Amino acid sequence: MYNFDFVKPGNIADAAKALATDGAQALSGGQTLVPTMKQRLASPSVLVSLTGIPEMKGVCMADDGVSIGAATIHQTVATDAAKYYPALAKLAGGIGDPAVRNRGTLGGSLANNDPSACYPSAVLGSGATVHTNKRKIKADDYFQGMFTTALKDGEFITSVTFPVPQRAAYVKFDQPASRFALTAVFVAKYADGVRVAVTGAAENGVFRWTEAEAALTANFAASAIANLTVPSKGMISDLHGTSAYRANLVKVLTGRAVTAA
Amino acid sequence: MPKDSGIGASSKRREDVRFLTGRGRYTADIQLHGQTYAAFARSIHAHARIVSIDTSAAEAMEGVLAVFTGADFAAVGGNPAGWLIQSRNGEAMKEPKRPVLAHGKVRHVGDAYAAVIAETPEIARSAVEALDVVFEELPAIVDMAAAVADSTNRVHDEISDNICYDWGWIEDNRAAVDAAFKAAPHVTSLKLINNRLVPNAMEPRASIGVYDPGTEDYKLYTTSQNPHLTRLLIAAFVMGIPEHKLNVIAPDVGGGFGSKIYHYGEEALVLAASRRIGRPVKWVADRSESFLTDAHGRDHVTTIELATDKQGNFLALRTETLANVGAYLSNFATVTPTFLHGTLMAGPYKTPLVYVNVKTVFTNTAPVDAYRGAGRPEATYSIERVVDKMCRELGLDPVAVRRQNFIQPDQFPYQTPVGLVYDTGNYGATLDKLMTLGNVSGFESRRAKSAENGKLRGFGLSTWVEACGIAPSALVGALGARVGLYDAATVRVNPTGNISVMVGAHSHGQGHETVFAQIVADKLGIPEANIDIVHGDTSKIPFGMGSYGSRSLAVCGSAMDKALDKVIAKGKKIAAHMLEAAEGDIIFADGKFSVTGTDKAKTFGEIAFSAYVPHNYPLATLEPGLEETAFYDPANFTYPAGAYGCEVEIDPDTGRVEVVSFTCADDFGNVMNPMIVEGQVHGGVAQGIGQALLEGCTYDDNGQLLSGSYMDYTMPRADDLPMYTVDHSCITPCTHNPLGVKGCGEAGAIGSPPAVVNAVIDALQRGGHTRITHIDMPLTPSRVWAAINA
Repeated sequence: MYNFDFVKPGNIADAAKALATDGAQALSGGQTLVPTMKQRLASPSVLVSLTGIPEMKGVCMADDGVSIGAATIHQTVATDAAKYYPALAKLAGGIGDPAVRNRGTLGGSLANNDPSACYPSAVLGSGATVHTNKRKIKADDYFQGMFTTALKDGEFITSVTFPVPQRAAYVKFDQPASRFALTAVFVAKYADGVRVAVTGAAENGVFRWTEAEAALTANFAASAIANLTVPSKGMISDLHGTSAYRANLVKVLTGRAVTAA
Repeated sequence: MPKDSGIGASSKRREDVRFLTGRGRYTADIQLHGQTYAAFARSIHAHARIVSIDTSAAEAMEGVLAVFTGADFAAVGGNPAGWLIQSRNGEAMKEPKRPVLAHGKVRHVGDAYAAVIAETPEIARSAVEALDVVFEELPAIVDMAAAVADSTNRVHDEISDNICYDWGWIEDNRAAVDAAFKAAPHVTSLKLINNRLVPNAMEPRASIGVYDPGTEDYKLYTTSQNPHLTRLLIAAFVMGIPEHKLNVIAPDVGGGFGSKIYHYGEEALVLAASRRIGRPVKWVADRSESFLTDAHGRDHVTTIELATDKQGNFLALRTETLANVGAYLSNFATVTPTFLHGTLMAGPYKTPLVYVNVKTVFTNTAPVDAYRGAGRPEATYSIERVVDKMCRELGLDPVAVRRQNFIQPDQFPYQTPVGLVYDTGNYGATLDKLMTLGNVSGFESRRAKSAENGKLRGFGLSTWVEACGIAPSALVGALGARVGLYDAATVRVNPTGNISVMVGAHSHGQGHETVFAQIVADKLGIPEANIDIVHGDTSKIPFGMGSYGSRSLAVCGSAMDKALDKVIAKGKKIAAHMLEAAEGDIIFADGKFSVTGTDKAKTFGEIAFSAYVPHNYPLATLEPGLEETAFYDPANFTYPAGAYGCEVEIDPDTGRVEVVSFTCADDFGNVMNPMIVEGQVHGGVAQGIGQALLEGCTYDDNGQLLSGSYMDYTMPRADDLPMYTVDHSCITPCTHNPLGVKGCGEAGAIGSPPAVVNAVIDALQRGGHTRITHIDMPLTPSRVWAAINA
């Protein structure tokens, strides 16, 4: 790790100001950034911690859904969101291990947009709204490919609002070593249709499986997708699974998520 | 009733008090006055010529004390191979120099070519980044078959075919084996890979070099399984430091699994650096360095053939193996695929004819050496897989076939066709025990239940024997070993009757401090608490060979037992004098020396006191003091054996394999501490299941390590493993060591991988996937799914 300065602002305005300085980097739970810095693969000159801002923390019910502060740790979501959105709480409770869940945050995960992270599938699968210090971004516009998001320089997530579905489930198939999602599927049934979001599988990160959404909107049953096929083109191929394997998992896990929802 | 102390008791591990409360003292915990820090420059290329290294910018940095490159060590010796192997044609093996720092060429990713010594670890690391090195990249040699085929691309310029040796065992039997195959009614053939593994000791390697200009003494604190061996290698081969001027201390060591047997260049570097700058120099590997530079394990590609009659009686067996040694010969890299592998190819069976061919190949990968089991897991996996395949081809029951081919209890001692003489065993007994303990007869109903849940269930068996407690010196010397393989112990009875035992074995997690004390307590009739076991410091212990190859108890424990015999014998002489009786009338039992047939007795403590305060003592005929040393060189290996049964469930939609039960019936000879034995089996089986299902060390075609962190290298976790059923009640005591013990440290890792893979193939076959006769380890979900959907 190289040397760096550290600031921990107490409100959003101060955080925005701190992030405007040259070489500044937002830090939330640090579950990706800190190991990267320890390996000397990242060398920000100033770390701006976003975990000391009260309005960016906590879970509450708002008019348009469950609102979760960006600096809320996974463990808090796992417990406090359970009564509002059980599938989301269950997803949060299955991220990493207890140490990760007590440091890692919703906003940190979404800003990083790891193609194998859990949270992006819940955000996209719920049609959630990402609130930043500057604007609101719809989930469909937010994720723009592997480790790429709609966030601009100096912009950071303050909270996310998840519309609550009638039924939902998240089914994750662990990458055996890292326990990230080798492939995972978030299925949510709303009054106006079903959303299916897939993480871990595609080279471009989280995506919606629209054919399955249409089939499941017509008939919310695992059998509804039996005749669909998932092309392996564009799927990740690595030590842990070929693209064909991941394409298979997309379908298998979607069916299981529908059954579990 | 179970004993509560002494031999056979499950005494709690005394070392755990300090380990579990954070009071262990590992090399990285040691802070010395004036300590400095080393960091290594490691190659990012698998294969490249070093054109130039400009160290000036690094040397100019504030806080940098010294910079070393390969040129600094060009004049000193190389790190040698500990075992010389002869090729089939009589030629000596190729032994390229393994320098302290790479010189001229780098030969694997992670190969260290320079080192910086600085005031802080951060400065040292930054100075490494400031080194200006120019490489000329060369094509990486990764695949063994390609390495052998292409004589233009060479890991070592002087070795044209990248082959270290081409070994035949036993070469004289080759023609007879080939003839038996020609005449055989049935031949089963299987090509398989024994996957490369990263050892992953919990504690990374670390070393501190200390040179004292006042005395010209060197001290090395290091993560070693065998401090005397490390001292010998550094003194006699690498650096030429006189042995008596070098003290090697291996304090608490957090696991080794073989990877800390060997001497590594970092140890020599910190000593040389301390000599140059006159201050202690410390290096602690980070986890990435561990992945890249700890000696890896396994990595065999084998074709095995089994000739049988139609009833499944084994007629002959032969194998051809390419064994990867990586870029340099690690200390025991040459013996692992040969005498620890080829000699095991009879297994527990009376196969009359066996021939083994091993070509050991240099590649641009990290060195490969002994890893828990070392050669014997490779042998066992090959045998047990081909036996299962044969049974399937001939429609025979794998349990019955194994039974009919077992060496029978009345055939011991048994001369195998691959050199070893098994002293004792009863393979049918452990198989019987397994069938009962594992409720094998109830498998079909469990399978039906799994099927109701959409899962494929299978049962896999492995019956194995291994050779451990590696010895005797005369034999291993005849086979090419450059060292002896005895061990040593000193029993020092203190004047107040408590005891310090200095042992040559080294405990890096095994629990010697507990078990060795149990044996002493049992033998002398004194409480375990009055005994301390001292190990790991060459200035304190007698010259011993350390711990590996499941040898500590069988070899060092036996040395200790012999030293205790000497203590008792001397005690009898002292007692005879004090009790005014003939020495022959003194008996020693329950901690008392007494005159037979009388109530006259002296306690062990009274005798000890008398030895050190010899007021009433036979000084004319006997020296005072009560301290005895014994060296023990065994007559043979020990041959633990067992039967392992594994049940798996496969999710056919995802290919995920779950081990739902694992049962071990072992024969370890006499058991000193059942709890520790059970723990050893648990750990070994965890590593075996890891190899079978999870762990795969993978280099890409450019020699880059793809599985270079825990993000991609799958270590077994608790939820990957079942609750084990472990039994060691089948006992055929070793006939040639005084304790009647066999080794138990590696058994789990040796016996378990084929049981797991056999279970997976069984599940797939029963599930209708009859095309699938083999899948290479690790059997990841993706691989199993691909086999199902091929």
